[in-house]
Amino acid sequence: MNTKKTTFVDSVWDFFCSLKLTILILLLLSVTSIIGTVIQQGGSAEEYIREYGQSNYELFTKLQFTDMYHSWWFVGLLGLFSVNLICCSIKNFPRAWKFVVSPQLIASDATFKNSANKGEFSTKESIASLLPRLNATIKSHFAKPVETKADGAVHLFAQGGIYSRFGAYMTHLSILVIMVGAMVGTVWGYKAYVNIVEGTSISQVWPRGGETPIELGFSVRCDDFDVVYYAGTQRPKTYSSELVVLDGGKEVLKKKIEVNHPLSYKGITFYQSSYGPAGTGTFELEVTDNQTGEKVQVTTAQGKKNQLARGFSFSVDDFTPNYDRFGPAARLHVDAPDGTHRTPFVIMQNFPQFDARRGGDFSFALKGYNQPQYTGLQVAKDPGVWVVWTGCFMMVFGSMGAFFFSHRRLWVRLREEKGKTLVQVAANAHRNQAAFAMRFEDLIKQIETTIENKA
Amino acid sequence: MDSNLFFNVTTFAYFTAMVIYIAFVVTRSSAVAVLAKLVAVGGFLANTLALGLRWYESYQLLGGDGRAPLTNLYESVVFFAWSILLIYLLVDWKYKQPAMGAFVIPFAFFGMIWAQFGLSASIDPLVPALQSNWLTYHVITCFLGYAAFAVACGVSIMYLIKVGKEEKAENSPIGGILGVFPSARVLDDINYRAIMIGFPLLTLGIITGAAWANYAWGTYWSWDPKETWSLIVWFIYAAFLHARFTRGWVGRRAAWLSIIGFAATIFCYLGVNLVLSGLHSYGGS
Ligand code: HEM
Repeated sequence: MNTKKTTFVDSVWDFFCSLKLTILILLLLSVTSIIGTVIQQGGSAEEYIREYGQSNYELFTKLQFTDMYHSWWFVGLLGLFSVNLICCSIKNFPRAWKFVVSPQLIASDATFKNSANKGEFSTKESIASLLPRLNATIKSHFAKPVETKADGAVHLFAQGGIYSRFGAYMTHLSILVIMVGAMVGTVWGYKAYVNIVEGTSISQVWPRGGETPIELGFSVRCDDFDVVYYAGTQRPKTYSSELVVLDGGKEVLKKKIEVNHPLSYKGITFYQSSYGPAGTGTFELEVTDNQTGEKVQVTTAQGKKNQLARGFSFSVDDFTPNYDRFGPAARLHVDAPDGTHRTPFVIMQNFPQFDARRGGDFSFALKGYNQPQYTGLQVAKDPGVWVVWTGCFMMVFGSMGAFFFSHRRLWVRLREEKGKTLVQVAANAHRNQAAFAMRFEDLIKQIETTIENKA
Repeated sequence: MDSNLFFNVTTFAYFTAMVIYIAFVVTRSSAVAVLAKLVAVGGFLANTLALGLRWYESYQLLGGDGRAPLTNLYESVVFFAWSILLIYLLVDWKYKQPAMGAFVIPFAFFGMIWAQFGLSASIDPLVPALQSNWLTYHVITCFLGYAAFAVACGVSIMYLIKVGKEEKAENSPIGGILGVFPSARVLDDINYRAIMIGFPLLTLGIITGAAWANYAWGTYWSWDPKETWSLIVWFIYAAFLHARFTRGWVGRRAAWLSIIGFAATIFCYLGVNLVLSGLHSYGGS
């Protein structure tokens, strides 16, 4: 009864520890991940029905294909992945740790006989006289040796790169750290957006896909939004917003943000993301009365009626920032004193004299157009992001340690036999054996030259 | 002297090197192998010079807005070709197996010919989203990783060709064209080594990409198709390496996994933009 239970637990444990499971999960993750790159994620029901039909859509929702990276089965797979990783580490870590706490100071006869990297010398010199020089050679060409006396022999043991035994564990731990960081971000952070009209401030942002706004606890004002174009082109070079953070009524931070240059305050970061026109713009016009030559400056908005001399009036009907490559232009019309609507005409900012040639009662010049903008900001709070970066560092260093370094060990045994001293050398590396073999050749030459008076 | 001239020289050199390497496989003459190597190195130098010149030209053309030539499809393809040669020459220096050239240089050549004839080489100023040093780190690490996978794939193809013959021949040495191939065991080892170089580079590539995304818009991971495919590639090679640790998956299966991994790499690089984005009427990214 008891034994049966243990074997069941054991086999479950072995299942979760097994590298076969790891490979299976890795391949399953790669195959299933494809689904979400082929089917648009987070679309609306109508879009899916239009694209795939009603019955497929129902299947998709059942299998959560429309948000698959957060589906129960994908998250479950990631969970299984973590359990596998944890179990495997628990099982194997003690073995690696043993190399640290109880290094094998003495090698067996078999090691000296069978090791791929070995050497043997015989000398008339005594152990006592050879030992200091041998120690020094090994220390300067490999690592500082530890001396043990046992079985009538002197044993030296030296090792390097023991950390590389832990590279895999560090890498595996890093994956868990990254997952924890991602969870911290999901639970205690948010992604939101906000539009700020130039000259105004906000103290709330709108979570993506949510309805209730989030209070920032401070406010952010946008003093100016600006688009700069590359000279002579319509290609945007920078989008920038002059932001001011106001906390407790005081200006605490001022920064011009751009794409790739966000602003952070109290763990909340504001990213330049979009922009657009806010409300109606104002026109600056100069009107010349062609009878008197008198000029007046008018500031007006589109559609607004403006009185002129002698009962005339005009309004701006339309505006375009680029009229047939001639630059900003406005369409106007003049109303006569009797109320008749005269033919509309176009004036261009870059050609202020142009309208005089039309020969009406008044001529107009467009001096400027002021369109207030809003700046669209992404807002993110992610207290887990540092955990994620820590995990990434661990992963990079861990995998370098695991792949490019190895735990290298060297054993030397000195034994006096019939008035001679027998020196036996063996060494191994747990990875990258070929590279270590070359290194060992050098080392054994050094050891050979250290040993004098060979027999 | 402009960069285009040197890119043409590069393309021509890679073509010539490819042909001479194939000639080496047929003739088995070591003089031919030396010539092939010389041409390949010459092409690599021309490629390096062309990239440097293009960098310089971007400052001439755009003034202070010049940048490293790693910002659009054309530039990434020619940099990919450069990376393949870099990794190839490193592996060749270590293993001295000229037959590999016949299976690796074609990747660089096809890249160059596509870039030269199919892609726009104009140097345009960067949109705001691409103005970041992270872009440079991201592209360099990703493409060096991809290049290592290209070498691994070429070697795996050789492995699959060779291993069947080796098994049939049992212990007698293999003559003919396959005689100049490294032994299946060496090919298997090179495959593994190349992936061991590529994997940490890909890891760095994904991390720098995530860091950039976080810096540009506050999300280090959003499961968009490009990110997801890079993760798919990462999973495949992680599976390859772990399968290797058990010693079970050497040989044929490892070679196939390496080829599948490289196919996924190319899909991540090109397929996501060229295939997936056209898939949706409502436009993916
Ligand atoms: C950058 C990624 C990774 C690297 C560099 C890496 C490295 C390694 C190494 C070197 C070993 C062999 C350990 C040894 O023999 O001492 C190993 C084993 C293992 N790895 Fe990973 N690993 C990585 C990712 C993963 C992932 C994502 C998983 C997913 C679950 C995983 C699961 C395992 C398992 C289960 C073993 C089994 C070890 C055993 O049976 O002794 N690894 N890994």
